[in-house]
Amino acid sequence: MLIPHPLLGLRDAQEFTYLGDASLMHRPDPAREDAVAAFADYVFLRDNPAGVHRELWFHEAGDRSWLVVTRDTTTHEILGAELASDVKLGGVQ
Amino acid sequence: MTFSGFKVVKEALTGHKGWRPLWRDPDPKPAYDIVIVGGGGHGLATAFYLAQTFGELKVAVLEKGWLGSGNIGRNTTIIRSNYLLPGNEPFYEFSMKLWENLEQATNFNSMVSQRGIINLIHTDGQRDAYRRRGNAMLLAGADARLLGRDELRQMVPFLNFDNPRFPIKGGLMQARAGTARHDGVVWGYARGADQRGVDIIQNCEVTGFRIEGGAVQGVETSRGYIGAKKVGVAVAGNSSRVMAMAGMRLPIESHALQAFVSEGLKPTIPGVITFGAGHFYVSQSDKGGLVFGGDIDGYNSYAQRGNLPVVEDVIEGGMALMPMIGRARLLRAWGGVMDMSMDGSPIIDRTGIDGLYFNGGWCYGGFKATPASGYAFAHLLATDRPHETATAYRFDRFARGYVIDEKGVGAQPNLH
Amino acid sequence: MTRLSKGGLIDRDARLRFSFNGTEYSGYQGDTLASALLANGVQLMGRSFKYHRPRGVFAAGSEEPNAMVTLRDGARAEPNTRATMTELYDGLSARSQNHIGSLERDLLAVNDLLSPFLAAGFYYKTFMWPKAFWEKLYEPAIRRAAGLGALSMQADPDEYDKGFLHCDLLVIGGGAAGLSAALTAGRAGAQVILADEDFALGGRLLAERDRLDGAEARDWVAITRAELDSLPNVRVMPRTTVFGVYDHGIYGAVERVADHLPTPGDKVRQTLWRITAKRAVLAAGATERHIPFADNDRPGIMLAGAMRAYANRWAVTPLKHANDPIAIFTNGDDGHRTAMDLIAHGARVLGVIDSRADAPCFGQYEVFPGATVTGTKGRQSLYAIEITRNGQSEWHSVGALGVSGGWNPNVHLASHHRGRPVWDDALLAFVPGPNGPQGLIPAGAAAGKGGVADALADGMQAAITALLEIDIAAKPIPLPQAENAPAAQEAFWHVPGKRRAWVDFQNDVTVKDIVLAHKENMRPVEHLKRWTTLGMATDQGKTSNISALAVMAELTGKTIPQTGTTIFRPPYTGVSLSVLGGGDTGPHFRPKRLTPTHHWAEAQGAEFVEVGPWMRAQYFPQPGETHWRESVDREVLAVRSGVGLCDVTTLGKIDVQGADAGEFLNRVYANMMGTLKVGMVRYGLMLREDGHCYDDGTCARLAEDHYVVTTTTANAGLVYRQMEFFRQCVWPDLDVQLISTTDAWAQIAVAGPQSRTLLQRIVDDADISNEAFPFMACRELTICGGLRARLFRISFSGELAYEVAVPARYGHALMQRLMEKGADLGVTPYGTEALGVLRIEKGHAAGAELNGQTTAQMLGLGRMVSVKKDSVGAIMSRREGLAGDKRRLVGLKPVNAQKPVAAGAHLFAKDASRDMANDQGWVTSACYSPHLDSHIALGFLEDGDTRMGEVITAANPLEGQEVTVEVVSAHFVDPEGGRLRD
Repeated sequence: MLIPHPLLGLRDAQEFTYLGDASLMHRPDPAREDAVAAFADYVFLRDNPAGVHRELWFHEAGDRSWLVVTRDTTTHEILGAELASDVKLGGVQ
Repeated sequence: MTFSGFKVVKEALTGHKGWRPLWRDPDPKPAYDIVIVGGGGHGLATAFYLAQTFGELKVAVLEKGWLGSGNIGRNTTIIRSNYLLPGNEPFYEFSMKLWENLEQATNFNSMVSQRGIINLIHTDGQRDAYRRRGNAMLLAGADARLLGRDELRQMVPFLNFDNPRFPIKGGLMQARAGTARHDGVVWGYARGADQRGVDIIQNCEVTGFRIEGGAVQGVETSRGYIGAKKVGVAVAGNSSRVMAMAGMRLPIESHALQAFVSEGLKPTIPGVITFGAGHFYVSQSDKGGLVFGGDIDGYNSYAQRGNLPVVEDVIEGGMALMPMIGRARLLRAWGGVMDMSMDGSPIIDRTGIDGLYFNGGWCYGGFKATPASGYAFAHLLATDRPHETATAYRFDRFARGYVIDEKGVGAQPNLH
Repeated sequence: MTRLSKGGLIDRDARLRFSFNGTEYSGYQGDTLASALLANGVQLMGRSFKYHRPRGVFAAGSEEPNAMVTLRDGARAEPNTRATMTELYDGLSARSQNHIGSLERDLLAVNDLLSPFLAAGFYYKTFMWPKAFWEKLYEPAIRRAAGLGALSMQADPDEYDKGFLHCDLLVIGGGAAGLSAALTAGRAGAQVILADEDFALGGRLLAERDRLDGAEARDWVAITRAELDSLPNVRVMPRTTVFGVYDHGIYGAVERVADHLPTPGDKVRQTLWRITAKRAVLAAGATERHIPFADNDRPGIMLAGAMRAYANRWAVTPLKHANDPIAIFTNGDDGHRTAMDLIAHGARVLGVIDSRADAPCFGQYEVFPGATVTGTKGRQSLYAIEITRNGQSEWHSVGALGVSGGWNPNVHLASHHRGRPVWDDALLAFVPGPNGPQGLIPAGAAAGKGGVADALADGMQAAITALLEIDIAAKPIPLPQAENAPAAQEAFWHVPGKRRAWVDFQNDVTVKDIVLAHKENMRPVEHLKRWTTLGMATDQGKTSNISALAVMAELTGKTIPQTGTTIFRPPYTGVSLSVLGGGDTGPHFRPKRLTPTHHWAEAQGAEFVEVGPWMRAQYFPQPGETHWRESVDREVLAVRSGVGLCDVTTLGKIDVQGADAGEFLNRVYANMMGTLKVGMVRYGLMLREDGHCYDDGTCARLAEDHYVVTTTTANAGLVYRQMEFFRQCVWPDLDVQLISTTDAWAQIAVAGPQSRTLLQRIVDDADISNEAFPFMACRELTICGGLRARLFRISFSGELAYEVAVPARYGHALMQRLMEKGADLGVTPYGTEALGVLRIEKGHAAGAELNGQTTAQMLGLGRMVSVKKDSVGAIMSRREGLAGDKRRLVGLKPVNAQKPVAAGAHLFAKDASRDMANDQGWVTSACYSPHLDSHIALGFLEDGDTRMGEVITAANPLEGQEVTVEVVSAHFVDPEGGRLRD
């Protein structure tokens, strides 16, 4: 696979390590009343879609940036990649 | 019809005129007591035990394609019960005992072959961990042996003992482990279930659940609505997709696992061998192909195929471990979709919807579990109580903190 | 000899010697092993898998199912090698396989007599009684009989390589379509790779007598090849099989660099190429199919197109005796081409048996219209066929029979992404479907356009289309004048009959087996394949799948596409495991990481141990020490009584800087780090978000906005990755920067009561007295006259101890300097074994305790999970399953001090029965403590913290051991921690 790094262009997926669903960026508020249940959902449950999936990849053998990659899990087609910090600072998606 | 050597000889001498379909192709009835979604190994085994052990008479298995078209149709066929944790080991040992009597139970030769498995040890720490595991196996009534380097070398002299990157220091062996012919398992259970009255319906895709008042009423399918008092879902690989139709999110991700087979070779490798310093496991099929695998590709996928880096990684492991296989050729590679769960262990449980039951999350170890999974799921469906060896496989273990994490890598499915 | 007197693409001046089954033969440069054997009148080349039927070569390319040999000898022996793909070289040696006794008199041919008992799926129905006989008797017998060739069981002596290539256009296949595609793209200036599995470019152009621009096609091939070779933007790769299509335009290919040489010499044998192509043209041609009929598997029967190839390219007829007549059996015009070519070469042609009642005739040969072949004779060499027409049968003497059942486009790569091929009613074949891999355009015969003129035009058009998609304008090129050969055919799939008619040759699957599968309801194509083993042989069904589908379709009354399609998976043809493994075997399997003092330790005679990717000094044997324990005991005692040195560089180091560094660390560590005073170090515990322990280490604050974090060796990369995840993905608003500095700093532990004395001798001017530099202090300073260093007063051993870090390139020198300066103090280097003993004596957790399954409570560190703040994992660590876990880390001391305890033993109350229900924990780490003169251990025990003094049992039934142990504090040495603070 090739991942279109927003800063570095197409990079071989072997340079990256994979974490999973980009929802992991949205850590629940630990102060909320139902924090335990919210964290249990956050840590353990996944949409796991057959289709478009926003997911986190770490450019470990590269510039060490975390990317949000949008990829179709049925075809592996990659629809886009953004810096995770941009996504996060740009607002919750 | 009963299969036997006598029957084979008789048919051979009379022109093979007497053979009958291994199972019927019935049209779906309007309703059943129990509908199993998924005609793979686990679904068919469930149906078989429902009929054979629990006396359920009105059971249907719905399969969207052909029987055994999921992961039981493409896997490395290893059976073993060499687990560490108390939530797992009794279950897998129960499975092993069912394997040992499978042919007699189904009257079908699924070629269960207990040629043994050896997990290789490369560091002192690994030996300690395997000692703990081997003792756990013995305490659960399974068999285990710790092999020293010399004994190991006599058994499998072709391993790279002399010039390795990671020295081979010994192994943990389970002699009762081995392989089974994966398709034969499908067919044995299917035929056995069919003979006991189960309707096995192929090319019948479930497209929705009919749920009223918090209870399941039946399933919508590509062949019409089918009513059911209870619905059991056993569709590992597609669990999230199917359960989403019932509004559930699961502690599961779907990942691609590749498996490989070489061209046929004269007997080379006696049992199953796993490399402990890379990810590689191998056995040799009765037809002579080396059957091997390694890591999952590592990203969510429903594509049923993998990529080249993992092919290389797996075979690098194989070449490091047994450099004499180099002149053999890779004949075929498959990619399957694995239900990778959040702790690496499966789920066999009720759901929040009355009458809807779930079996999945097998990661890439589902094949060996097939008999016990079917039995335990049948037990749960028939009695509403978990089987005694499957009490830990609950949905709520994640929220409550009772994960069964053999590898100790936490809620990251691609590391299990 | 059946070599034709002239013609062929062979160099008759270059005679090559070779041997087959020990007999010496000769052939020419340009031959394959198959053509050279045929030229020597050798028809019998192998045995089939199941019935051990005698078999000859059936095809002329990589689809060959029969002529499988073991090539070369000794460690280079290569089983299951297709004679048709083996380029002849001088001294080649091959032998046939899968027989007991000679090839001619294979004892296992008895299976053929037993074939009625061995019908499809027979083994699923029997061998079940008595139960024990399966593994003991039946299965071993089956295993011995199965398999094809044998491995040498020796390591492959050859070298292999891997590489990456990039191009605009990858052209797969160098026949008419591939050459025109490559030429079109090459002239347009695109970066082009042209790969072909054959050693010569040209594909079927070399096998036919097509005329291009009025001349022999091979002339055009040669001119085109020359032009491609001259273009700097084109890379021509013969002997290169593109075996798989992977995501995003990455293709796997194997170049057989030296397989055509007696030995590779200084070359690699093969190279694995990962080709990243913006676009690709699949010009892989087509594979001819046969027509099953009674006894159709005899040596001397082959595909008619192969027969043409042997005659035209290699100047060979597949006869045992040169003047025997040859017959052709066909359902279409293509078979007639073979007859005409053979006649042109002067061979005797009996005629063309054409299933069509209105069969045409294209030349001076007899046609048997509306006729079929219904029987054959000649066990090891065909000598007669039965021709049946209108119910009338007669036998004819022949020496060879060509069979032509139409051509299947080589759609394989186009279905590697699981897109299904689609049926073309006019072609009577599957062609690539619309859902093929992105960027892969089929062309020529692979796309169903097999006529030469069509293929040339289609290849050019495919290249233009492909390049246009990537904004390269390619112009049409002048193509040579060519004609499409007549290609009419009828749907005629097999000849019905009572005798066995083979569909899959290698695996011995006959029409009868398919009938049986149908009867037993094994009708879905995948069930058919699995029940009968059809298509599972080394040719992966290239010559059999479509015929089988057709037979099944006939039985079910459905059409072929309704019956099923088969998709193909990589690899296209078998790929050697050696090349996929890339040659990184033995010690080169994984890179080795060496510590800065590695070479110094080596010079001291250290033993090394693999720790993940690192090599670490395990212990330093001294003269006179004969057992590792002697060395380790000495090293441990030296630390406890004097001073020892250990390279701890492998521990992960992460620099954390920024105004919010303290806040960030508060969030990733379970305990409080923001409050740490500058110049101090704190032990830190990290949890995973699921609440389990992840890693431990130290956290030193060098400045208000600057921390240095250490991790365990194993987790160095993982913790850094996790911290970056939180920094970038969760809290990017914090002002904090991270960098992994594991490799930048060499770090040496200086441990023992004399450690301060030793360090004072190298520290430049800093005051490191106990008062000025107390336990858990840290600072930046200079040593050895100006060398920048960091000093941490931390201890893993429980002794007064420090770790000193210097830029990695000074690690070696620092170790030497410390050894020199400490000579009078008895300074002693120690390795990982002593390190392990010291930490067990002190009760520090390490990998065996921090195995990813433990909680802070289990380690006795529950209170470290701060409730004053949130941190990763804090919330989930409070779930009942974790909070209620009663297992605790304890020390275990054998009642008999000299009795070793095994790590991995399970713990039981003294009189409890040894079963799972009574299992109360396990031993995590164990060693001999020279300090206590006793074996000791650590373990997790149910309610362990309340059971001090209890005598329990450590049971290790795996090795038949039971040891009675006393539960004690995990801190065997200095539980009060006074030594650390002195």
